[in-house]
Amino acid sequence: MAVVSLVVELKDKPGQLAKVIDPVSKCKGNIISIVHRREETTAGKVPVEISIEIEEKNVKKLLEMLKSQGVVVKRFNEERLTSTTSIMLIGHIIHTDLANTIDAVDRTGFAEVVEMHISMPCLKEPSTAMVTISAVSEEGLKNAISRLKDVCEKKGIMVIEPLE
Amino acid sequence: MIRIAIFGFGAVGRGVAKVLMDRRRMEKLIGEYRVVAVADSKGSIVSECVNLKEVLEIKEKKGRLPKGMSVEEIIDEVEFDVALELTPTNIDTGEPGLTHIKKCLKKGSHVVTSNKGPLVVAYKELSKMAEKSGVKLMFEATVGGAMPVIKLIKRDLAGNKILSIKGILNGTCNYILSKMEKEKLPYRVILSEAKELGIAEANESYDVEGIDSAAKLVILANSLMDMDVKFEDVEVRGITNITPEAFEIALEKGYTIRLIAEVDGSTLRVSPKLIPLSNPLCIHGTLNAILIKTDLAKEVFVIGRGAGSTETASAVISDLIEIYSCEVSR
Ligand SMILES: NC(=O)c1ccc[n+]([C@@H]2O[C@H](COP(=O)([O-])OP(=O)(O)OC[C@H]3O[C@@H](n4cnc5c(N)ncnc54)[C@H](OP(=O)(O)O)[C@@H]3O)[C@@H](O)[C@H]2O)c1
Repeated sequence: MAVVSLVVELKDKPGQLAKVIDPVSKCKGNIISIVHRREETTAGKVPVEISIEIEEKNVKKLLEMLKSQGVVVKRFNEERLTSTTSIMLIGHIIHTDLANTIDAVDRTGFAEVVEMHISMPCLKEPSTAMVTISAVSEEGLKNAISRLKDVCEKKGIMVIEPLE
Repeated sequence: MIRIAIFGFGAVGRGVAKVLMDRRRMEKLIGEYRVVAVADSKGSIVSECVNLKEVLEIKEKKGRLPKGMSVEEIIDEVEFDVALELTPTNIDTGEPGLTHIKKCLKKGSHVVTSNKGPLVVAYKELSKMAEKSGVKLMFEATVGGAMPVIKLIKRDLAGNKILSIKGILNGTCNYILSKMEKEKLPYRVILSEAKELGIAEANESYDVEGIDSAAKLVILANSLMDMDVKFEDVEVRGITNITPEAFEIALEKGYTIRLIAEVDGSTLRVSPKLIPLSNPLCIHGTLNAILIKTDLAKEVFVIGRGAGSTETASAVISDLIEIYSCEVSR
C-alpha cells in the first residue's frame, strides 16, 4: 500500500467529485482526505487535492480511469515521493538518448528522476552519472529501478546500485 | 602420530611448511606429527619424516623438487592421515585438486585445502564422500584467506540460520577500487601499478572480472547456506568499466564503490555497488571483509587479510588443528 496525492481540476458544480471517487473505489483505493482549493479557482475550475491509500499496482490504472472520465490530473504525488535512492550509470549515456533513459523512470507515474549529476571527461570516453530517483513507496522505487536497469542493459550502460 | 602429506609447494605450501617447522607451537595443539610427503608439479620428496627445512632450501635453490612420485602415486602408495591440498585453482575442471581430494577421501584420509576449484565444481559430492569415509574436508583458506569465515559460521554461529552474506572477497579488486577512490586515477593506471607491486596477477582477468569472488561465493552458498548452486548461477560483473569520476560523483551522495559478492538464499551476485561511507564494508587496500546476517545473532562483521603466504597458511593450520584438537584433549 502507498499513499498518493493528486491534484485534479473539477468544474465548480455538483456531482463532479463522483468522477474521482468512482475510479478510486473501483481501484480499491481508500480516500484519506479531500481538500478543495477554492481560493485557486480559475475559469470556473477548482483544484482539488486528494490523498488516497492504494495498492501501487493500481495507481496507473487509476490515472488512466480518471483520464477517461475527463478529469484533468494537474499534479500527481507532488509532495509524497517518500522513497529516494541514488544510482550510478556508467557508459555512453548521452549518445544513447538520455531523455529516453530517464523517461523509463518518469513514465511509471509513481517515480521520477529528481536529480542528476553527469560527468563527461571527453567525447569518446564513457560518461558517469549519479541519478537520484524518488518514488511513492519502496516498492515503487524498486520497480522503477528495475525498469531503468532494463533500459540501461539494452543500451550497454552499466548500473551501480547502492548496497541494500 | 599424525602423518601429513603436502600437495603443492607454492606460496601457500611453503607458508604452511614454515609453520609446521615450529614444533613447539604445533605439538601442544595437535600432538606429535610428521610430514611424510611433499610434492610440487615436477617432483616430490617422500620419507618417514621429511626435513622441511631441507625441502624449503631445495625448492628455493632449484625452483623445483627432485623427480619423484606424483601426487596420485603418493596417495596410492604412501600412508598418511591428512593431506594438505594446496595446488593451483581451476574453477572449470577443479583439477588437479579434484582428483587428489577424491582419492584422499576415498582412501580415508582427512583433507585440508586452500584450492577453490574442487569445491566450486563438486562441493556436495566431496562433502558426501568425506562423510561416508568418516573423515573431514576442511577449506577455511579457500574464502577470505586468513579471515575466519567458514569455521566462524559453522562453529561459532552454529544454530543460526544464515540469511545473507555480503562480502569483499577479492583483495586485488579492493586495492584497485580504493586506490582509484583516493588518487582519482583511471582503472588502467592503477591496474599496472598493482601488477608492478605484485598485488595483481599478470593475467588479471580472473580477479577483476569478478570470477574469483564468484567462485568463493559459490563455496559459501553451498557450504554455509545449504544451497546447491554452480558457478554459472552467479550473476557476475567486474570492475573494469568503472571510471575515476565515478568516485567523485558517488562521494557527493556519501558513497564509495566496491566489488561486492552477495548471496541471500536465492540469488548470487558479484557486482560493483555503491557503499555508504559509514558502512563497515567501506574498507581500503587489499583487505577482505564479510557481513553476515543471521536470524539469531543478526549482523556479524569480519575483516582480515584475504591472501598471502603466511596469512593463508594461518587458515590451513587452523583447519588442521580443528581436525586434531579434540583428539589431543581427549
Ligand atoms: N596465495 C594466496 O594468497 C592464496 C590465498 C587463498 C587461496 N589460495 C589458493 O591456494 C592454492 C595455492 O596457492 P599458491 O599461491 O600457493 O599457488 P602457487 O604459488 O602457484 O603454488 C601452487 C603449487 O602447486 C603445485 N602444483 C601444480 N600442479 C600440481 C600437481 N599436478 N601436482 C602437485 N603439485 C602441483 C605447483 O608446483 P610448481 O611449484 O612446480 O609450480 C606449486 O608448488 C591455490 O589454489 C590458490 O588459489 C592462495
